[in-house]
Amino acid sequence: MYGKGSGRLRALAGVSLAVGEGEFFGLLGPNGAGKTTLINIIAGLVRADAGEVRVMGADVIGDYRRARRLLGVVPQELVFDPFFTVRETLRIQSGYYGIRGNDAWIDEVMQHLDLTAKADVNMRALSGGMKRRVLVAQALVHKPPVIVLDEPTAGVDVELRQGLWQFVTRLNRDGHTIVLTTHYLEEAELHCSRIAMLKAGRIVALDSTRNLLASVAGSRTTARVVARDGRQFTLELAGYSQLEEQLAGLRAQGVEIADIELERPDLEQVFLRLTS
Amino acid sequence: MISFWTLFAKETLRFWKVATQTVGAPVLTSLLYLLVFGHALEGRMQVYDGVPYSAFLVPGLVMMSVLQNAFANSSSSLIQSKITGNIVFILLPPISYLEFFAAYVLASVVRGLVVGAGVLFVTAWFVDLHLAAPAWVLGFAVLGAALLGSLGLVAGICAEKIDQIAAFQNFLILPLTFLSGVFYSIHSLPGFWQRLSHANPFFYMIDGFRYGFLGHSDFPPGASLAVVAASFFVVSLLTLKLLQSGYKLRY
Repeated sequence: MYGKGSGRLRALAGVSLAVGEGEFFGLLGPNGAGKTTLINIIAGLVRADAGEVRVMGADVIGDYRRARRLLGVVPQELVFDPFFTVRETLRIQSGYYGIRGNDAWIDEVMQHLDLTAKADVNMRALSGGMKRRVLVAQALVHKPPVIVLDEPTAGVDVELRQGLWQFVTRLNRDGHTIVLTTHYLEEAELHCSRIAMLKAGRIVALDSTRNLLASVAGSRTTARVVARDGRQFTLELAGYSQLEEQLAGLRAQGVEIADIELERPDLEQVFLRLTS
Repeated sequence: MISFWTLFAKETLRFWKVATQTVGAPVLTSLLYLLVFGHALEGRMQVYDGVPYSAFLVPGLVMMSVLQNAFANSSSSLIQSKITGNIVFILLPPISYLEFFAAYVLASVVRGLVVGAGVLFVTAWFVDLHLAAPAWVLGFAVLGAALLGSLGLVAGICAEKIDQIAAFQNFLILPLTFLSGVFYSIHSLPGFWQRLSHANPFFYMIDGFRYGFLGHSDFPPGASLAVVAASFFVVSLLTLKLLQSGYKLRY
């Protein structure tokens, strides 16, 4: 359990959760819910007023050296050091983690993130998307078993987003634990096996993605039916099992069905219901 | 230790990559001081018997450059990192506050010594200089630069904007260096100002450093070195406390 607050604003309160090793975990919530504060506490950038955080057993304050070595964080802000090239940046970052001669791994990371061609380009000269890739690479130089991505795809084009997810999914398959915050709910739905939803500094939902989706399934599933003559029908379904029955009802009225569109429950519905 | 060396190397590279601005410019400024003041005051001001004014002025100018640039290095690097946000790159890894302190201060010492050597190199063409006691020269330069590098860290930690660093530099560091006897011997001052100068730690750094060249000083060099060492000790403790607490770095 931990919190962070000073006087007027309490950013987090009573947040208690455990992410399992090898999980792909999503942290969702509206702006200002406390997602980044939570990540910053895990990373040691912000100190909680109360409570504790452990990364694979290492306390982020008491055993900060071990905790930070186990953790790779991709910060949300697009930051860079304008004095150095991409390769220099990654070599320096390796050195901070006590690693020398890391070029083989640096080359591999750059290759996966499509950065090889930019290796000797100054950070200042890179586009926003490229700078984002370097941030990801910087978080991975020390092969951390736990990777935290804070809004990694904000302002990033489709191509990079695809490449990034492929790489992150592969890291997860290789055993890395992934903690992700994102505004794109479909990304969370697609990748995360478990999700916590934060609202005003508190956890309002913590469950597997499947259970969260099931919680809104049924009550919200709708089928839009378009007839050959252009008429449209909206069928409210308590469950998929009702679909057959209701379609039969339409046919009985002489409706010839041209198109059916099923609106499946998605995280957005869960999100809206829990956070609004 | 690798973390420390990497941070030190990065801090050194940072100023070296823009050496025109961080080394060339202060060397030129010092050369202008020498040409203008040296020319205007040569023959009119005799500080120590048998020592021409220029030969008195140059060691002071060298030490002033060492101190100002040591301060500028740590303070500007830290405030830039804080403002641009790339400070996270050194806050996320397992770098201890001792390594952090040592890397920034040592890089400041290197910048101070490089600029000081540059000033010495260009002014030596105009002035006949002798090294009476090189060990004192090195001792005061290193310890003085470390003190100012550490002060620069304090300024960089406390400041939130670049103009706060500029204020620190213009209203504290610059007056203290100017009034420390770079351009004159404090013995030429009226009694009150002489006593006040003794309260200025910069006076001891300039005076002791000059002793290494001229073999003369206003104050015994051993006592001056003790004052500088004690100041460094106090400022270091303060800096380490700030770093350990995460003041204005980790919220």
